[in-house]
Amino acid sequence: MTAYAYYPGCSLSGLGKPYDESLRAVFGHLGLGLEEIPDWNCCGATSYMSVSEDKAVALAARNLALAEQMNAQVVAPCAACYLVLIKAQHMIADYPAIADKVHKGLQAAGLTYKGHATVRHPLDILVNDVGLDAIKTRVTAPLTGYRVAPYYGCQIVRPYGAFDDPLRPQTLDRLMAAAGAEVVDYPLKAHCCGGSLMGTMEDIGVRLNFLLLKEAKSRTANVLATVCPLCQYNLEAYQDKMRRTFHENVDLPVVYFTQLLGLAFGLQPKTLGLQRNFVTAAPLPAMV
Amino acid sequence: MRNVTTHCRYAEDVNAAFPVEIMAKPGGEALRDCIQCGTCSGACPMAVHMDLTPRRVIALTRAGLERDVLESATPWLCASCYECQVRCPREIKVTDIMYALKRRAIEKGLYPKRFPIPVLAKAFYNMVATNGRNSESRLVIELALRTNPFSLLKMAPVGLKLLKTGRMVLGQDRIKDPKQLKAILDAMEES
Repeated sequence: MTAYAYYPGCSLSGLGKPYDESLRAVFGHLGLGLEEIPDWNCCGATSYMSVSEDKAVALAARNLALAEQMNAQVVAPCAACYLVLIKAQHMIADYPAIADKVHKGLQAAGLTYKGHATVRHPLDILVNDVGLDAIKTRVTAPLTGYRVAPYYGCQIVRPYGAFDDPLRPQTLDRLMAAAGAEVVDYPLKAHCCGGSLMGTMEDIGVRLNFLLLKEAKSRTANVLATVCPLCQYNLEAYQDKMRRTFHENVDLPVVYFTQLLGLAFGLQPKTLGLQRNFVTAAPLPAMV
Repeated sequence: MRNVTTHCRYAEDVNAAFPVEIMAKPGGEALRDCIQCGTCSGACPMAVHMDLTPRRVIALTRAGLERDVLESATPWLCASCYECQVRCPREIKVTDIMYALKRRAIEKGLYPKRFPIPVLAKAFYNMVATNGRNSESRLVIELALRTNPFSLLKMAPVGLKLLKTGRMVLGQDRIKDPKQLKAILDAMEES
């Protein structure tokens, strides 16, 4: 069994709980192990980097150092965590002054980061390690009737584009098609949801997410698949407000790609945390 | 935020060291290569809400007009989606420059007043430095109390839904060994 060092990040025990549940279910079903990095800390997200760059890198480096002790590749499902961990690796490799400070900091805590940790997103692992052919053989309940808008958001593909095109990614499209879904052409697939701006500048966040849902609906999608807990929340939780603000119905179920894949594998909705998603006026095709 | 379209600039408004110092920051190296094509502004999903477009921020930074840049909402409205950075034909790391501007604005106390985004950044920073983890619900409540307490009422319906679906953790999550994290951060302060 391949085992990964699991970095759930703070969101996956709160807002992103169904992401954690469905990821564990899908990986378990495929015989992939997830072993949580012991005593991992917050990645720092975009906020820490806005206050102190060196310390933001050190926060991420502590997690990488802990993961290296496990001798396994890191799996980071949250897009912000995924990017921050990879960005920290680039900063340490490219800027000796930062590397020096970070190494000194880690040393004070008895830790070392050697630089060989590999950070992966579950989408990358499913498409490139497990492979679409193997996925197809596991599909027992193809997603017939699902017209999926594949939404990547920004930070799993940009700026590094480690496993997919930074502007026109394809992996999620291919994975959803392998699960038997019809994938709609969705030009806004890598357009930002605004991230934490929903919490600070709600009007701007609501408008941005309204446009994303409106486009998905106009492309005849009946479900939107996400890869990030913040995107999922921003797109799901404000649909009432969008209807009131823009006098237009953009209700659409917004689910994690791991939840859809789990359904295609014949796993129970409850195992996939689907009861935790908000019930929208437009239910999932399977729930109709 | 000053009205940048009507404000006249003079030699004394220029801080010649500003662009030099930004270029010395990680990601700032290519600042001088900008050809003012506006690709960054065209790509930016937030540009319509900004007082200065990203292209103008780059131009004003190069010109040394530090106050105009740091008092602008633009760096704070940057959602860090890196679309400008990926599309820039001159390979300028626009998003990384926005981060450098945010940090400088905090250092100099020049960010727009009563603006919730830097308040969130600092609350988040302190919460993680102390506990090692971020608790979403506590952060949202702290932010509301510091900026607009009435917004808590508006948030109640979504909050209840999150509570009902088991997606809201009310306690403060923390790592087992916050002292270890503190040792790292303290050692960095000294070096």
